[in-house]
Amino acid sequence: MNFTLKIWRQKNQKDEGRFETYEVKNISPDASFLEMLDILNNQLVLENCDPVAFDHDCREGICGSCGMMINGRAHGKGRKQATCDVRMRSFTDGETITVEPWRANPFPVIKDLIVDRSAFDRIMQAGGFISVRTGSAPDANSIPVCKDNAEEAMDAAACIGCGACVAACPNSSAMLFVAAKVSQLALLPQGQPERKERVQRMITQMDKEGFGNCSNNYACEAECPKGISVMHIARLNREFLTAKLT
Amino acid sequence: MNKALDFYYSSIGKKVLMSVTGLFLIVFLTEHLIGNLLLFAGDEGKMYEAYGDFLVSNPVIRFIELFMFLGIFVHIIIGVILWFKNRKTRSVKYKLFRLKDNATLASRTTIISGLVIGIFLYIHLTTFFFPLRYSDEKSGAYELVVNAFSDFWYVIFYLAALFVIAYHLHHGFQSAFQTLGLRNKKYAPVLDIIAFFVWCLIPLGFAAIPIYFFFFHGSGATVIMWGF
Repeated sequence: MNFTLKIWRQKNQKDEGRFETYEVKNISPDASFLEMLDILNNQLVLENCDPVAFDHDCREGICGSCGMMINGRAHGKGRKQATCDVRMRSFTDGETITVEPWRANPFPVIKDLIVDRSAFDRIMQAGGFISVRTGSAPDANSIPVCKDNAEEAMDAAACIGCGACVAACPNSSAMLFVAAKVSQLALLPQGQPERKERVQRMITQMDKEGFGNCSNNYACEAECPKGISVMHIARLNREFLTAKLT
Repeated sequence: MNKALDFYYSSIGKKVLMSVTGLFLIVFLTEHLIGNLLLFAGDEGKMYEAYGDFLVSNPVIRFIELFMFLGIFVHIIIGVILWFKNRKTRSVKYKLFRLKDNATLASRTTIISGLVIGIFLYIHLTTFFFPLRYSDEKSGAYELVVNAFSDFWYVIFYLAALFVIAYHLHHGFQSAFQTLGLRNKKYAPVLDIIAFFVWCLIPLGFAAIPIYFFFFHGSGATVIMWGF
């Protein structure tokens, strides 16, 4: 398959950045999107050009590194997939593909398609943890957890922090990310001691980082590679209100 | 006091204010519709006028009315503040951003539908509320309704405005519950049913009024006579 790629190139944070057009030929329909970018980069290196910088790690949809906007959609047009899960057969032969980095002020572009997502780390540092006694591991099943809660907490814990929710949101809101992290701990007994403190600190940090306000249009859930439900956002709101009012 | 300010400055705090005022206005809308159904009593507006007199003379209602105007004011101001704040979160825009693949038109355009409703509200108040409340000449409320809805273009404008209100409520009602944390997997389907009543039946109920008066009391009566 052959493609025309319009890729955002930006040398560093200070550079204004621009789109550049590249042609790639003879791409296998079974190649992943990242493999296609690898092929393009090989080509660029042979031409003595700077290869396109993009984040990637596991290439099996569980690390959350490889986020990019493909044809106006976070991680491409497919549902519940990270960019590494996107196969070239989902495009038509000869298609022009526009590739951009996540765009949100709290995610500044480091280079080309790589953005700095450390704002998420700072939100986690503000409260996305539990305090536990260090030492030997506790006995299994010493704390009973209701099956439904365990399931729900696991669903929330599936969040890989890729930032697609922010990228897909018209307001660059990080509510789905924060909701997943708060939900996961609020549903489990281990998360109870810091429950009220956690949600307030994480929301304060989220606002401080400059993420927008959620307007409930649920584009985040639609684009989340892990299918995190917006019901977790309702829980986050509930947790925040309960913490503030009681 | 500091706690209240902290709450207001948080992103969720402002949205909670939007939700609470929005739901309050929906309660008002429901009451307004039930009261207006008296127009259909078929008694040349006697009951409707009595209901109007009760609203004007009752001090409790007058007090609630103040809250209603405050609610409208807060809903508009915070809505606009949030919209401006949200626009500032993405300085470099996407070249291609297919939001419409992921979100409904109603959810993407609440600011526009809201502003249209604001304009409608101003016209609505100048047609009915201000003349009835503040003018020296007390023209009958029923007569005012009959006169206003005998104009074809005024009826069309009303119906269009009600369509926009339905659109606004379609997103707003469930959104308010989401923001207040009152949505979960168990109750979301029940809420969707109530939402249907709110966004569809309330505007339809209001729409029945101009249509009825246009065809049975206004110039539309001639249209009926022509065998339309």
